Amino acid sequence: MSNVQAKEPKLHKIHSHNGIAYVVLVIISIIWVLPFVFLLLQSFRSYLTEYGGMVNYLLPKHFSLDNYKFLFSGECKFLRWYGNTLIIASVVSVLQTLIVICVSYALSRMRFAGRKLLMNIWLVLGMFPGFLTMICLYFLLKQMGLTQEGAVPGLILISVANAGMGYYVCKGYFDTIPKSLDEAALIDGASRARILVQMTIPLSKPIIIYTALTAFMAPWCDYVFASYVAFGYSDSYNVAVAMQRWVWTNDYQGYFTRFCAGGILVAIPVTILFMCLQKYYVEGITGGSVKG
Amino acid sequence: MTIKEGFAKIPTFFKWLGKDLKEIGITFREGGFKTRISYLIMGLGQLLRGQYVRGIAMLAGQIALLAFIFGFGGQYLVQLGTLGTRARITNPNGTVSYGDNSFFILLYGILTIVVILLYLLLWRINLKQNHEADQLLAKGKKLPSNRSDLSSLLNRNFDKTLLALPVIGIFVFTVLPILFMIGVAFTNYDFNHQPPGKLFSWVGFENFKNLFSTQGSGSFGTTFFTVLGWTLIWAFFATFLTYFLGMAVAILINKKGIKFKKMWRTFLVITIAVPQFVSLLYVGKMFAADGLVNTYLLKWGWIKEAIPFWTNPTLAKILIIVINLWIGIPYTMLIVTGLLMNIPEELYESARIDGANAFQTFRKITLPYMLFVTGPFLLTQFTGNLNNFNVIFLLNQGNPQSMNLTGGAGYTDLLITWLYKLTINNTDYKMAAVIGIMVFLVTMIISVIVYNNMGSIKDEEGFQ
Repeated sequence: MSNVQAKEPKLHKIHSHNGIAYVVLVIISIIWVLPFVFLLLQSFRSYLTEYGGMVNYLLPKHFSLDNYKFLFSGECKFLRWYGNTLIIASVVSVLQTLIVICVSYALSRMRFAGRKLLMNIWLVLGMFPGFLTMICLYFLLKQMGLTQEGAVPGLILISVANAGMGYYVCKGYFDTIPKSLDEAALIDGASRARILVQMTIPLSKPIIIYTALTAFMAPWCDYVFASYVAFGYSDSYNVAVAMQRWVWTNDYQGYFTRFCAGGILVAIPVTILFMCLQKYYVEGITGGSVKG
Repeated sequence: MTIKEGFAKIPTFFKWLGKDLKEIGITFREGGFKTRISYLIMGLGQLLRGQYVRGIAMLAGQIALLAFIFGFGGQYLVQLGTLGTRARITNPNGTVSYGDNSFFILLYGILTIVVILLYLLLWRINLKQNHEADQLLAKGKKLPSNRSDLSSLLNRNFDKTLLALPVIGIFVFTVLPILFMIGVAFTNYDFNHQPPGKLFSWVGFENFKNLFSTQGSGSFGTTFFTVLGWTLIWAFFATFLTYFLGMAVAILINKKGIKFKKMWRTFLVITIAVPQFVSLLYVGKMFAADGLVNTYLLKWGWIKEAIPFWTNPTLAKILIIVINLWIGIPYTMLIVTGLLMNIPEELYESARIDGANAFQTFRKITLPYMLFVTGPFLLTQFTGNLNNFNVIFLLNQGNPQSMNLTGGAGYTDLLITWLYKLTINNTDYKMAAVIGIMVFLVTMIISVIVYNNMGSIKDEEGFQ
């Protein structure tokens, strides 16, 4: 700063540059936010007196809550779908975080035969596309009775079972906690389990919140596998599976504004949660991107 | 690890195997009765020495694995060579019921092979435990007590406790399915060979030949190379455009004198926060023939007829890459913002004194530093984009479809969305499996090349 102030003439130049910068930033912000404003506006269009499909104007002629009323009425199972998604997201978030912590601690702090091999195998497994195994997973779940009416626990099981492979970011963070702390505690007679629970976990709050947050947000978008597992059994749908039909199927014309209303109801809580925990999210992706 | 190093390890492996076999022999020759009987009944030696925890664990393991192999898996394993011979069985009373199920045979056959390997591993660990006990006793030392065996699971052997469940979970729900699908790639499992009621069988490399055959316009080969080409183009643009534009936005917000930095970032981050199935489905519809963009342009008289955003292959491709910027730029922006603060301010100061302008400082300081630290990030972004199902599928499902392409593929389909269509719409499991293997190979080749080159960057630059 002092350097800039020392050269008086340059100050003016910087100011004029910032003028352009502000214009660019305002344009960018408009592009980023506008679609969500449109989404909100269209969700208020009256289904009864106007039209629920795609129209050639944006502002609703009559402000109404028809679409929201529809979602909460018994006409569709929106509350059920919402509940399903919330249950999946919450349970997966807790269990996945626990598993990631366990795996990260073992790989970061302990040295055992086959450690490198295990990490390499998981790395290679991660290069197979996820949907390749869809039919086999469906079959395995079906054998356990976890498809159709059991789809919710089934989806939780698959997410949690494979959670261990997503250890990179968390392990990277554990690696930065000095090993001397562990060694001192070991000399004092603490067991490994106690060190993990009483020392490592409290020291890793940001990364634990990051892991839980990303695990919580993923199921809201899970469409492909969720629709396959819940196939034809609408009680087991999550919001993504249920609501994409309103946009894609032939009668979407009548359901478009209802999709908008549902989308708003899904987006608001998730967005608020994300914005509150944004700090930890940034820490997680920054650390993870550098260490890889 | 490069491929060369991998091959170099093969002789080491055989050396290790020979040494291990020799050790098994020595253990038997030098071991007492308790050790020798453990060769047949696992854990008996440990039990006789009073190591009940180990003994019971070993014995239970042996019984469970043998029960699985002989009670369940064996019947499938013996049929693995043919994948079943009788599709239907005529019962003595004249009714017909399903016979062999190729799906079961393949899946459980593979599982049984793994279980047999596991059995061998357990057997080897069992021998090792006996050998160690023999040696300790020969030296006149005491054996570890049952209590210390148990408590070591929370201390010295805590890794085994922590990893047991994740490893089992990943084996059952990732490794086994992948092995199964690799198997499927060498069979004729498709719509016409669907168990129960019909068998599928091994066909060797037939499906791979089919994938590369380019005879005729609707052949798999033409479609495969079209889809592969677009997948690579897409991944390239999606990765590098978001990377550089995201960096530009981050530098812009980070610029000295810009106020409300947090507010600008919050506006951008909204596309990360909102679930993609809401934002992408909505934006996809905005550009439909009857969507907001077209209807307003028509209303204002800027165009005479709707722009075919999603039905013209070229327009659709461009639009997908552009909309992906909307989703992708904020990620890069967040990451770069964090990293910009790590660049020492003195570097910029001295560059400015030397008379460098903003562009020069970016090219000489910011960009090399960014490329250096974000190398791994770029690689994961690129491989992630190769498999970026959501953006393609939620925006326009890989359309427009074409008669020139086979397997239901459209012009904006990535390999991964094509794989999905082959599985769901065409139930052509064998080709879906082949394409899955191709995706794996592409991902691996790119990772290996980039990873090896990243090492050389590390040697040259001195940013650490």
